[in-house]
Amino acid sequence: MSIQVGLRGKAWFEALTGKNSPMAGDPDSVLTADVKIGEDTARFLCVVPNPQARFPCARRGEVGLEEAYTLAARVNEVIEQNTSADKQPISARPIIAIVDVKSQAYGRREETAAIFLACATAAEAYASARMKGHPVITLVVGQAISGGFLTHGYQANRILAFDDSDVVIHAMHKEAAARITLRTVAELDRLGHEIAPLSYDVRDYAKLGLLHKLLHVEDPDKPARATVAQVQKELIDAVADARAGSTDLGNRLTSNAARETRKASVAARAHIEEQWMKA
Amino acid sequence: MSYPTVIPEFVLRQSFIELDARARAQSLMDPGSWRELVGPFDRIESPWLPEQGIAPQFDDGCVVLKGAIAGKAAVVIALEGGFQAGSMGEVSGAKMAAALDLATRDSQNGKTTVAVLLLETGGVRLQEANLGLNAIAEVMASILALRQHAPVITVIAGTVGCFGGMALAAGLSSYIVMTPEARLGLNGPEVIEQESGIEEFDSSDRALIWAINGGEQRVAMGVADELVLDDAQKIAAIVRSHVEAGLPAVHRSQQVDLYRERIRALDTSRQIDPLTLRETWGGKTTVSKTRKGVTR
Repeated sequence: MSIQVGLRGKAWFEALTGKNSPMAGDPDSVLTADVKIGEDTARFLCVVPNPQARFPCARRGEVGLEEAYTLAARVNEVIEQNTSADKQPISARPIIAIVDVKSQAYGRREETAAIFLACATAAEAYASARMKGHPVITLVVGQAISGGFLTHGYQANRILAFDDSDVVIHAMHKEAAARITLRTVAELDRLGHEIAPLSYDVRDYAKLGLLHKLLHVEDPDKPARATVAQVQKELIDAVADARAGSTDLGNRLTSNAARETRKASVAARAHIEEQWMKA
Repeated sequence: MSYPTVIPEFVLRQSFIELDARARAQSLMDPGSWRELVGPFDRIESPWLPEQGIAPQFDDGCVVLKGAIAGKAAVVIALEGGFQAGSMGEVSGAKMAAALDLATRDSQNGKTTVAVLLLETGGVRLQEANLGLNAIAEVMASILALRQHAPVITVIAGTVGCFGGMALAAGLSSYIVMTPEARLGLNGPEVIEQESGIEEFDSSDRALIWAINGGEQRVAMGVADELVLDDAQKIAAIVRSHVEAGLPAVHRSQQVDLYRERIRALDTSRQIDPLTLRETWGGKTTVSKTRKGVTR
């Protein structure tokens, strides 16, 4: 890893929104901004490291209790604005999650105060927005790991990721996964090259069929003007694509890559449906 | 000749925890009403485990029964804690999401179909890593879609408990039913100890684990709805009562402002005493005011 987790997320939030501060009343770890993109005013959200966080296990870019509830509140706000202001929501505002999270917060305080519920509220907010027609776009610029990603980003109807070696989308970071599955890190790396869902390489992740697009960008650590313009255009395209598609996660099963790699998912679903009709 | 014998009810009960996933699911449905979908004879199993030298299971550890509960259309989806610790793989996740989506479709077409999830799971099956994590994201999406029409009732009986990403799925449920043996949390004690050190969490301290994650605590602090003893008949009765109750007025996971304020009010300078949350959070929640407490 070239830089600390979360800093790249912050750099991209600043580059895309021109802002770098939380909204009033929010913790320093959640950046939210409403910015014009194409014809829309999109809401951008990003979780960043906050070394002064009240919760000691959520100071390095993890999604903790404050982060999860803040994300939930800020996403719900967009849904409420839409339903109260426009009686006929012609174009529900896009919501863009910039993702660079190392994980959920691993602390006793968090467990005691039911972090599972906190994370559920944020995931629900994103999913509700999607189901109500808001294009929810996730842009993975760095890490997107485990409960951190389930909370912030995985309910989007389009996921974009940088094609870069520092981008990691995974269920658990490498060292911990090795310990739990009783493997060495070297063994995990080797298996990752053979078995796509185990890989820590975003190009292998792209083979699973869950990504909308892999973006090739120059020097993702330092967003240059041209790169920012390129990413903005990709976001606008993804918003249009999301609006043209369904509001569920069906595209993760119907993409070309998914039809190849997720054959077992497709088969299991088809069998359940066939037997459901008869039961 | 006649000695009055007092045999405690608890001794004579049928334990729910001792049943496997299939028997648990069957015990909750109206007798004769159910049929298992994509069972072990269909042999839809994980394509990823054999590649890693791990024996797959013909049902991938996920049992789906379609039938009726209290006379209403229902689907019960149970994870088998005895297979890979109930972890979510590609196939088990697809079975669960598909069954929830079909319940949604039937509900939209006028046949309201409730779902009961029996969650004994450590979360993502790390041998299927990214497809397991995505499976959980899809299950969560499917729960939220069904919840617009019919309640989703989660039962966590033990002994595996419900951890990892599937704890988020539980958090999205309309109702959570737990036994005192059950645990519910995002990060298991071993994971916290490994990531943050033994000072943060001593995973060998069973009293501490149950004080935080245990069913009694989760219900008393208001983040789960019902505490019920390990008795198959009692658990079935509680599930029936929730099927009959229908959707709650507000789901717990929609009460963002309430919980955000509660988090704001916590003193984070030291560890939080779980008992204080029973006093400050418990009973104040507007969700499920009725039928709180142990059902005996």
